[in-house]
Amino acid sequence: MEKSKKQKANSLTKQRRKRSLVQALGALIINGNWKSFLDGTIYKGNLKHVCLPVLNCYSCPGALGACPIGSLQAVPNSAQFNFSYYVVGLIALFGITMGRWFCGWLCPFGWIQELLHKIPIKKVNPKKKIHQKAIWLKYVLLIIFVIAFPLLTQDRFGMSYPAFCKFICPAGTMEAGIPLLIANPALRQLVGLIFSWKVLLLLITVIGSILIFRFFCKYACPLGAIYGMFNKISFYHMQCSANCIECKRCARVCKMQVEPYKTPNSPECIRCGECIEVCPVNALKLGFIHKTNHDLQETTKATKLDEKPE
Amino acid sequence: MNIFNKKSTYIIRFTLLVLILFMIGYGIMRSEVLIVLQNAINICLDCIGIG
Repeated sequence: MEKSKKQKANSLTKQRRKRSLVQALGALIINGNWKSFLDGTIYKGNLKHVCLPVLNCYSCPGALGACPIGSLQAVPNSAQFNFSYYVVGLIALFGITMGRWFCGWLCPFGWIQELLHKIPIKKVNPKKKIHQKAIWLKYVLLIIFVIAFPLLTQDRFGMSYPAFCKFICPAGTMEAGIPLLIANPALRQLVGLIFSWKVLLLLITVIGSILIFRFFCKYACPLGAIYGMFNKISFYHMQCSANCIECKRCARVCKMQVEPYKTPNSPECIRCGECIEVCPVNALKLGFIHKTNHDLQETTKATKLDEKPE
Repeated sequence: MNIFNKKSTYIIRFTLLVLILFMIGYGIMRSEVLIVLQNAINICLDCIGIG
């Protein structure tokens, strides 16, 4: 039976509220070392042995874990190893289990971008052709700045620098740079040209996020690029069953410009689940689903038979 | 084509999972966690745009 418009609107609102609450809690817990924001220091405990599943700068005063992208560059930058089995393994573990769910539900920087997008001014919806080309930028940044730079710019001691963090990452500037510079006068004296460049990139990201939903996640996040590659094979994934009527409501509600009825496991999908709430025939399922297409078709037939008397 | 319709997808998933767990274990054995910790507990001047 088709859901009424009112039911759909209610469940969509509930889903949005639920996700906002999880995002807020996630940001608070991930950056739970709140007292360091006051004294301009960072957490130095054992939790920082482990990488977080989200892009969250480990120099953020509140950060309780290590940034996966920072760590991915840090190990090849050290004199000991050129490749990090531990960091690549952890990122792959997050990817294979949940795909981009972490982007949609836990990432503090993604949440900040969503809050910025709520500022009530006219929004920009990039044309499909431009969007389809622009999404490749994050893969370019991943390959050049995260992977190639640390390997190709090593000095004679085998050491290098984290190019993505140094030249690109606006999350580092927002979560670590600005709070530390405000609270720590000694650091303020070291500010130079690179910081100005990074503040410029942060400003572009902020303006971009106000105008375009998750501007940085869509076009520049290397962690999103990695998780996106896992979306197709992750344990947590989406399926569109045969009872899809191709009404395209899922595509219209999707702010990541995905067409869930065509590509339910698109690398761009952040698993926010809004498409599921608006589907009039409950064709979309998201979870640890293990049904084959045959099973799904059988379920659809059974559902249709059950609904006939109504 | 939906790759989830194939049983091979499950095999790929579980094979990858095992491989990933081995990678993490090998990384821990090589003490990579100490490099991660060392970087994470010091203010990364590069990350904040000062380095």
